[in-house]
Amino acid sequence: MTRIVLPAALRQYANGASSVELDHVDGASLAVLLDSLAAGHAALARRIRDEQGELRRFVNVYVGAEDVRRIGGLSTPVPADGQVLVLPSVAGG
Amino acid sequence: MTGLVMMIGTAKGLFLARSADRLTWRLSDLMFSMNAVYAVAIDTRAKTPRLLVAAASEHWGPSVFHSDDLGTSWAEPEQGAIAFPAVTGAALERVWQLQPSPSEPDVVWAGTQPSALFRSEDRGEHFDLVPALWDHPHRPEWGAGFGGQAVHTVLAHPGDAAQLTVAMSTGGVYRSTDAGQSWTASNSGVAAYFLPDPAPEFGQCVHKIARDAGNPDRLYLQNHHGVNRSDDGGRTWTSIADGLPTDFGFAMVAHPRRADVAYGFPIAADRERVPPGHACRVYRTEDAGASWRALTEGLPQRDYYDIVLRDGMCADDADPSGIYFGTRNGEVYASADEGEHWTQVAGHLPSVLSVRTAVVG
Repeated sequence: MTRIVLPAALRQYANGASSVELDHVDGASLAVLLDSLAAGHAALARRIRDEQGELRRFVNVYVGAEDVRRIGGLSTPVPADGQVLVLPSVAGG
Repeated sequence: MTGLVMMIGTAKGLFLARSADRLTWRLSDLMFSMNAVYAVAIDTRAKTPRLLVAAASEHWGPSVFHSDDLGTSWAEPEQGAIAFPAVTGAALERVWQLQPSPSEPDVVWAGTQPSALFRSEDRGEHFDLVPALWDHPHRPEWGAGFGGQAVHTVLAHPGDAAQLTVAMSTGGVYRSTDAGQSWTASNSGVAAYFLPDPAPEFGQCVHKIARDAGNPDRLYLQNHHGVNRSDDGGRTWTSIADGLPTDFGFAMVAHPRRADVAYGFPIAADRERVPPGHACRVYRTEDAGASWRALTEGLPQRDYYDIVLRDGMCADDADPSGIYFGTRNGEVYASADEGEHWTQVAGHLPSVLSVRTAVVG
């Protein structure tokens, strides 16, 4: 199972859970993982990506310890037993 | 009249205020914290009033929620209320307007950023893009101001559902007479001083339009420098700014029942965005813009530097009508007598972006 760890602000869209675990083919992309998330948790998934599938500007996603924007973006491979961390970036006033 | 609700959308969330007499108001706690609420609506067309709120998080994106219990609980579809179709390649950034139709019972219109019009036929739960406006050949030339590029005003005709008017910044006014299947720029007489051609077909930065209560073909317009009136449904516009201290501002509200009555909140100038004379003054016309009178009783008249944004002013549906406005510095004022006397409802809120008030039984 691949675990997506959620920030506090998004847990209301996962029945209060701090993470969601999904079956994921080893090495398949982050986009595929987030598609799986959308299938069962649409309200949660669309807060991470917009309706065109792009990561929202002020949402940061880490595969392991790597910010996906610095590596493969949504094409970043995710291990089947991996952990994906969703964090809000610093923004706003 | 047994009770009213006021929706106050701010840069950091929503407040509700309730009143039985329009003199004292009870303010709720902050809802939708850290969401900018550019659009709210109170749909009183059905027996159970529905509140609509467009909440946009800087992080988590925009959503439209509805409540059928006056804000005790809120709901949204799992897939979201508004989304751009894949073919557009666009993503919703913000909802600027939620407008229950006066002529179709379950229809709610939404104006969005990027500039587009959406239609709901289930009282604001699910919306579909109006393709003809999105596909308009002018769209590549519609520009973005500081606030973004958005359809911020939607006016449906009270007696003819085929007639629709929208306003966008920048772009200006567009009209449809076939229920949104085709659109025509409708800015004749509306200036665009910031363009090389100050009288273009489109490209104006219209800030708000309101429809007269007595004559549905009479519209009032607050422009980015300019206050105008149309007597032919928006085809042509003439200036009604002579009786005002300045022709800049954002808000424009028509009285809900009295013909020829409208309200505005003048701002000194594009490059001086404070009230003229540094006084808090609502201006009202009772002759369709031929003359205007300052309404000041109960409003701060010295050292005042606050302004009202485009959806920060509204009228309720009681008789006499209440007038309300919220400010960029987080104050909210109410008048229960059509603007003659004002009381402060709230202060020290986040910047007020949208205000709507209605009798809810």
